[in-house]
Amino acid sequence: MGQITLNQITKSFGDVQVIPPLDLQINDGEFVVFVGPSGCGKSTLLRLIAGLEDTTSGEINIDGRDATEVPPAKRGLAMVFQSYALYPHMSVRKNIAFPLRMAGLDKAAQDAKVEAAAKVLNLTDYLERRPGQLSGGQRQRVAIGRAIVREPAAFLFDEPLSNLDAALRVNMRLEISELHQSLETTMIYVTHDQVEAMTMADKIVVLQAGVIEQVGSPLDLYHTPKNKFVAGFIGSPKMNFLMGGYAAEFDATTIGVRPEHLSVSATEGKWQGKVGVSEHLGSDTFLYVDIEGLDEPLTVRSSGEVALRHGDIVHLTPDPEKIHRFDNQGLRMA
Amino acid sequence: MATQHSRSAARIMMAPAVILLLGWMLIPLTMTLVFSFKRYLPLRGGDLGWTGFDNYVRFVSSSAFWPSVQTTLIIVGGVLIITIFFGVLLSMLLDQPMWGQGIVRILVIAPFFVMPTVSALVWKNMFMDPVNGLFAHLWKAFGAQPIEWLSDLSLFSIILIVSWQWLPFATLILLTAIQSLDSEQLEAAEMDGAPPLSRFAFIVLPHLSRAITIVVLIQTIFLLAIFAEIFVTTSGAFGTRTLTYLIFQRVLESQNVGLGSAGGVYAIILANIVAIFLMRIVGKNLDT
Amino acid sequence: MARSVTTRRKTINTAVAWAIGFLIFFPILWTILTSFKTEAQAINDPPLFLFFDWTLENYAVVQERSDYMRFLWNSVIIAGGSTVLGLMIAIPAAWSMAFVPSKRTKDILMWMLSTKMLPAVGVLYPIYLLFIQLGLLDTRTGLTIVMMLINLPIIVWMLYTYFKEIPGEILEAARMDGASLKEEILYILTPMAIPGIASTMLLNFILAWNEAFWTLNLTAAKAAPLTAFIASYSSPEGLFYAKLSAASTMAIAPILILGWFSQKQLVRGLTFGAVK
Repeated sequence: MGQITLNQITKSFGDVQVIPPLDLQINDGEFVVFVGPSGCGKSTLLRLIAGLEDTTSGEINIDGRDATEVPPAKRGLAMVFQSYALYPHMSVRKNIAFPLRMAGLDKAAQDAKVEAAAKVLNLTDYLERRPGQLSGGQRQRVAIGRAIVREPAAFLFDEPLSNLDAALRVNMRLEISELHQSLETTMIYVTHDQVEAMTMADKIVVLQAGVIEQVGSPLDLYHTPKNKFVAGFIGSPKMNFLMGGYAAEFDATTIGVRPEHLSVSATEGKWQGKVGVSEHLGSDTFLYVDIEGLDEPLTVRSSGEVALRHGDIVHLTPDPEKIHRFDNQGLRMA
Repeated sequence: MATQHSRSAARIMMAPAVILLLGWMLIPLTMTLVFSFKRYLPLRGGDLGWTGFDNYVRFVSSSAFWPSVQTTLIIVGGVLIITIFFGVLLSMLLDQPMWGQGIVRILVIAPFFVMPTVSALVWKNMFMDPVNGLFAHLWKAFGAQPIEWLSDLSLFSIILIVSWQWLPFATLILLTAIQSLDSEQLEAAEMDGAPPLSRFAFIVLPHLSRAITIVVLIQTIFLLAIFAEIFVTTSGAFGTRTLTYLIFQRVLESQNVGLGSAGGVYAIILANIVAIFLMRIVGKNLDT
Repeated sequence: MARSVTTRRKTINTAVAWAIGFLIFFPILWTILTSFKTEAQAINDPPLFLFFDWTLENYAVVQERSDYMRFLWNSVIIAGGSTVLGLMIAIPAAWSMAFVPSKRTKDILMWMLSTKMLPAVGVLYPIYLLFIQLGLLDTRTGLTIVMMLINLPIIVWMLYTYFKEIPGEILEAARMDGASLKEEILYILTPMAIPGIASTMLLNFILAWNEAFWTLNLTAAKAAPLTAFIASYSSPEGLFYAKLSAASTMAIAPILILGWFSQKQLVRGLTFGAVK
């Protein structure tokens, strides 16, 4: 079981309130990702759930039990830290066994669990090494192994992939997703990378300045962002925003169009512009098109190769079904 | 950043150290303050009642007071000048490329680890003894009359001994500081056409200023309190009675605790003035 | 980038540095050499440097005085005991300051440092009196406590600077893994900080070993350590140079060796981290 309910929790450091009253429901077995720009309070929120920070007010409920005052070790949660936080003076085996040792398990039971976890994580050959002798990905797996053996109610991940290089990050992302599918345990994952959020989450929680902007499935957020912030944060490349006359035409203060929802034509279209930079990725082409009256160029994503270059005149047409309208508060209009 | 739980744990774990040091500081300090306002002669009647500021006045007006302050300042000042001057030279020399740098370092640092009583005794007997000391042999070899170091040149001799003990400390700290100097700065200055002496004056010395300040302050604290060197060599005779030694004599030799305590309060005030400066510097460093 | 220099320049550097190093080390060397001479050779005119009849007799004599071993033993107990005791009190305190810093942490650290600056002579008599009252005068216990107290600020400071280099996340991981505070300090922090703790121990052992004010004033016959033993030679004893040298050598040799190992930490410890 791993159901976590946050009830009107707040957190202040001194006079600064970093998290205003916040409610959140995390269901058993869910993969929840907290995402937001740095300083949005997502790590603080995770640490509140872990018990590494005190809540200033409000209640944290784990599996129907009030855990607000319960020390971290007694909450039945396991955490994987950004720096992995492996114990450098212990072998991999001892690292993974440490929570079991603290729980007072006998040696044989410790060994059995460590071996099992090592097998799942492909660490069997490295059990006698020290963390210092492992690669980044292996260290990450040891940290996960240390979490798995505790059989926690929920796993907490604090930006676990940010210290890995790009290729490894994709691998570990898959491994964590697979782990979630096989364990079916609740996982709470903090990241600033919306790609990680989109690819891994059952439920994404978008945070800004300690406030939850929106909670929903990845595709919910993609298709119906509640406000401009979520619209701009989710999706890559970023959504284009147009204001003034361009928006007025649609009875909105601002309209948003995703780069993949703009079609390009050399001859006719709704908006005319000039190609600034074009990026050719092979599978896709990104065009940055300067349009009169707009401060920033519009980003266009076309699949395949597009033979357009700097200075070419193009015409862009948005898919009318896929235009997002926002009012003067930045909120989504129906 | 931490939880209430760990904060209260932290307070509990800090308590023994804080309470012990608080006791160590406050109890004797209070007693010293109380004694300083009393006529207190343990061997001649014990506690003879309050005397107001009598002890303070007597301590300052005694014929031994000003000479002892003077002696203290001469020793502290002399040792500081010698150790810093030679410390800078030596640390710059040790920073140069050479063979066996590690061994030279070990040789240079060694005196710091010699206990003060041993170094005082070795210098007193084996070097400065006017009959059998090595210096006496050396002087005789050149046909000169051996010097009575500890009676004729007593202050100089003490400064020499103490400087020998503290030169390693100054050198080691200055060397550490020099090694942290970015050599590109020196190369840039060289490119700009600065000759070696200007490079030293405008780049090396300013870089060392902080380390020098720290050496001055830390050594001052220890030097104000030097005791064993005087105790072993001259026992305060021949004009080597420092403030510390004078207080020691008042308290333990003439058993005038009230008078000695008043002197102790003066010494504490003196040390505090130095301490305030040191704390400023160390405190600043904490933030970085 | 270190610049290459001419061999000539390097040779001159080496010669000058070795000469100065030798000069500074000479009093110690001379003491060690003299300890191997007979008393007559020790005061021979002209002085004998290497060509004399090397003898271990002085060491045997000093050793034979049964009390030498007792002084040595007192030194070891007092320096070692005060260091261990100090660490036991300082490790939790340094943990608190390094990992649970509050607004007052810096003030407390500075205040601790300030107690170190209290001139000992100012409080000599009160301590003397307290020692008589508590029956601590001329006891190893009493001296161990005093040594611990005068070095405690340095121990706390050194440990604090070492602990601060350990990432807090590792301790949090231990906390999540179910370690109690005691287990966290015992199984995670202490093993990780072993190098720092070792150099702190070393430096404090040296400082306590060489401390001469309190050891001279608070001990008589029973608890006197080597500082006091050596001081008893201060009366004119020209005829006993060789034995004095042997005793001195035995008093400083262990600490000299320890000191050479800890010279780097010395800078850090004695400047309270202000010079690294």
